[in-house]
Amino acid sequence: MTDLKKISIDGEVIEVDGAMTLLQACEAAGVEVPRFCYHERLSIAGNCRMCLVEVKGGPPKPAASCAMQVRDLRPGPEGQAPEVFTNTPMVKKAREGVMEFLLINHPLDCPICDQGGECDLQDQAMAYGVDFSRYREPKRAAVDMDLGPLVGTCMTRCISCTRCVRFITEVAGVPEMGQTGRGEDSEITSYLSQTLTSEMQGNIIDLCPVGALTSKPYAFTARPWELRKTETIDVIDALGSSIRVDVRGREVMRIVPRNHDGVNEEWLADRSRFVWDGLRRQRLDKPYVRRDGKLKPATWGEAFAAIAEAAEGKTVSGIAGDLASTEAMFALKGLVGSLDGVAECRTDGVALEAGNRGSYAGTAKIEDLDDAELILLVGTNPRSEAPVLNARIRKAWMNGAKVGLIGEAVDLTYDYDHIGTGPDALAATVNTPAEDWTPVKGKKSVVIIGQGALAREDGAAALAAAMKVAELGESGFLVLHNAASRVGGLDLGLVAEGGIARALEADVILNLGADELDIPAGPFVVYQGSHGDRGAHRADVILPGAAWTEESGIFVNTEGRPQLANRAGFPPGEARENWAILRALSAAMGKPLPYDGLAALRKAMFEDVPHLARLDTVPENAHEALELGVLGHAPYAPALADHYLVNPICRASTVLADLSRLRALREAKPMAAE
Amino acid sequence: MFLRDEDRIFQNIYGMKDRTLAGAKARGLWDDTAGIIGRGRDAILDEMKKSGLRGRGGAGFPTGLKWSFMPKESDGRPHYLVVNADESEPGTCKDREIMRHDPHTLVEGCLVAGFAMGAHAAYIYIRGEFIREREALQIAIDEAYEDGLLGRNAAKSGWDFDVYLHHGAGAYICGEETALLESLEGRKGMPRLKPPFPANTGLYGCPTTVNNVESIAVAPTILRRGADWFAGFGRQNNAGTKLFAISGHVNQPCVVEEAMSIPLRELLDKHCGGVRGGWDNLKAVIPGGSSVQCLPSPVCGDAIMDFDWLREQKSGLGTAAVIVMDQSTDIIKAIWRLSKFYKHESCGQCTPCREGTGWMMRVMDRLVTGEAEIEEIDMLFDVTKQVEGHTICALGDAAAWPIQGLIRHYRDEIEDRIKAKKTGRVSAVAAE
Repeated sequence: MTDLKKISIDGEVIEVDGAMTLLQACEAAGVEVPRFCYHERLSIAGNCRMCLVEVKGGPPKPAASCAMQVRDLRPGPEGQAPEVFTNTPMVKKAREGVMEFLLINHPLDCPICDQGGECDLQDQAMAYGVDFSRYREPKRAAVDMDLGPLVGTCMTRCISCTRCVRFITEVAGVPEMGQTGRGEDSEITSYLSQTLTSEMQGNIIDLCPVGALTSKPYAFTARPWELRKTETIDVIDALGSSIRVDVRGREVMRIVPRNHDGVNEEWLADRSRFVWDGLRRQRLDKPYVRRDGKLKPATWGEAFAAIAEAAEGKTVSGIAGDLASTEAMFALKGLVGSLDGVAECRTDGVALEAGNRGSYAGTAKIEDLDDAELILLVGTNPRSEAPVLNARIRKAWMNGAKVGLIGEAVDLTYDYDHIGTGPDALAATVNTPAEDWTPVKGKKSVVIIGQGALAREDGAAALAAAMKVAELGESGFLVLHNAASRVGGLDLGLVAEGGIARALEADVILNLGADELDIPAGPFVVYQGSHGDRGAHRADVILPGAAWTEESGIFVNTEGRPQLANRAGFPPGEARENWAILRALSAAMGKPLPYDGLAALRKAMFEDVPHLARLDTVPENAHEALELGVLGHAPYAPALADHYLVNPICRASTVLADLSRLRALREAKPMAAE
Repeated sequence: MFLRDEDRIFQNIYGMKDRTLAGAKARGLWDDTAGIIGRGRDAILDEMKKSGLRGRGGAGFPTGLKWSFMPKESDGRPHYLVVNADESEPGTCKDREIMRHDPHTLVEGCLVAGFAMGAHAAYIYIRGEFIREREALQIAIDEAYEDGLLGRNAAKSGWDFDVYLHHGAGAYICGEETALLESLEGRKGMPRLKPPFPANTGLYGCPTTVNNVESIAVAPTILRRGADWFAGFGRQNNAGTKLFAISGHVNQPCVVEEAMSIPLRELLDKHCGGVRGGWDNLKAVIPGGSSVQCLPSPVCGDAIMDFDWLREQKSGLGTAAVIVMDQSTDIIKAIWRLSKFYKHESCGQCTPCREGTGWMMRVMDRLVTGEAEIEEIDMLFDVTKQVEGHTICALGDAAAWPIQGLIRHYRDEIEDRIKAKKTGRVSAVAAE
């Protein structure tokens, strides 16, 4: 491992891993090297030639630093460190030459280009470009292609760096882009000019160093320098990807991923990236109270009074939906508890119990997938449930990991051993070790169980069996959740004996944004949430709450990592932050919660659940075996009915509705006559 | 002095004799191949190094040295010999003569070279346009298999060896060794980044040596007749005999095997019947295929056809395809044609070549008609320098060099044409 080599960069001698490229070594020495085609997480293409450096003693021409490894350089005659220069006239001239070539056929349309202001070509032209053009010939133009509703194209701007091709092929695993043609007529196209189908295609917008691939929904709406950028966390899936929310005025203009090696690397799923238009539609901006069977606008006071009246002497329960922050859930639990009611977060009836953290947050980290030799998937379709996690599994598979799947045989973008479709195969895995897809000791493995196996009658038995498999093979164990709130809810103990059914028995139900379940007729329902969706329709009183970008909240992701989502904007109209609504409601019901501010709430919450205070660290969870139960026989069903429309915000987004419609169309497309 | 007939390696380069295996054997090919192999790997490598054979594909890298880069012991991966028969360099037509008229030299060479590098398989990548050549070569391979010269225990040497003939699709860039490997693997023919070099990671990620047809085809004869015999031809460091392909304005264009370091004038006069219209009618010679700088006529008189002499003139021996142009040639247009070729054949992978070849061709377009400014000549020279040495493969260099040669030697002519276009007057015309 420690193949350290000395190398001199611009006269400064440093010691780096011999496997590093010259470009990485230069960065380690603090020297920036311009590049277009090189990207840390993609294979090396070496085609833009911008990163040329001078290697002393080598051939009398500059070398592409992105492709040359430190160990490829020969030391001097007396063992001196090989010398690399990045600031010599030769290097400067070479880079200026490459820049000129890149610019001769690049249109000068920066003023109407969405990439303007955050364009690698623009930035580097400032350093290596000249202020006049020697090119007198007509410029080349290219025909744009239709890549679907997400990625807009302006192929005349393309500099053929092939980052998009490499991403779609290597990371997304859907080889539907490529370069056709030769020489200056070569162009990047999609396979047979079809639209892209990958659920991670939005990332090629970020990867494109110029404005050839841009975001269609964001097109021509904002300039990067007018946006207020807030670093926060995604909640559309349970992965908790790091994102940046860009806001202008009150409106979220776009969402882009941030780098987080432990979670999402630097990718983001399309449904998380393009959900922002859902934050503008179907919003609840004032309280409503149902009078004469109809929901009528009301003031906060009227709404609270209606709730207090309905709850007088009745049993009260609270249920927390998929997007609730831990703060709101903590306040809900406190309020319901003071009214002697139960609080529940497992709205899909999933068989997970609070207390044994290793059983619901798992014992492994997402990072553990990287060097796993075997990954066993039980009752889950990670490509649909968490595309970024799926890309990570794919990365492990590319590095040689074997993947086994128990569940529906779907296209996961990589090869896997299909062990079986249901619990029978899981039982067999426990009972017959030594198959090549069985985790064994001494071979790093991870078992991932999904909601498809857990949210059903024999869920507890499936959980126990999967944990047994993990125990026998000394594997890491991960539970792939679909709700961003779920691990937090379990950490806070929002569990009722008897599960969700027990919570639904109460006379008054405080529904904190739970839209994925049907509340039977009978109880008085208070819906607190951001969007007028299923939950609001069933409500007797509606309390308008903030969406996740509009309040500060801690979310715990599927591996058990608490992360802070920051407030990027303000909720619309009279909507308020969720914990504050619950605090006000508690006062109206005569049981005021013992905190008046978010800081005090958090203090109380951290006293209850200390690990929530340690942001961005995954607590070590002990493996505590569960009692094995009786497994059923029915095959595991998909956990998500629709990949794109998973929560109220997604359902309010026209972009995601479009994607969902197109996917349905594709899947319904009749096969060609045989 | 002519090279004596018995010293010619390719005895049937004109196809006048029997092309079958029996004919080849009668000419001494396949004679005691097992004995050559029996000398062992190191002995063969030493002999090849001693012979001074330099690669015949254009770059002139010592062949024996190249073979010795292959790992001595296999690490479990198979070794491959790949023969580059994608002869697409404009003006070059020597390998095709070998393949269609004397194919057994190549087939036997594959076996010997393959053994010397520990390979059990050779792939011959033949140019897409070579239909008849492929047929002839395939027949020769089939004959060799039938006769037990290939396959298990090839030629009773105890070495198992297979030869596969792969037909390309006609792209010039697939003659670049790593692009050839990409194409052979079924991908788009785009050059790979080096390092890693093919000797370490080549075809299918295995150690591979890519050699030109002629380099492989001469190997059995060198080993049979000895390194000293071969090294006896040519100047120091430029040993051996060489196939020269002379085209253009000579009375009898031909492909001929001659000793290295033969003076250019002797080559043209003795084998090609001289320059059309006499030696004084010579305008320029491109000595090594299209990818090298041309030599103006005053230099041609002293020219010696070998690697080192031509390199000193900033030109090169290349594939030894001599393109002769007499005074009737519009040299600017001739070089423009080459620019058009390189622009058409650029693979489009890396920036300087993709953008630069088109730019250079378009400026050349205007230099041909004279619709340009004088300063643009220097600009064009600058652009060629910006392409040269900055690309992944050598196609960028190859596109730049002919133009550099043109500007170095015929700047006056370009300037005259521009001035004539501007003023409408032709200046300084010799009295008719």
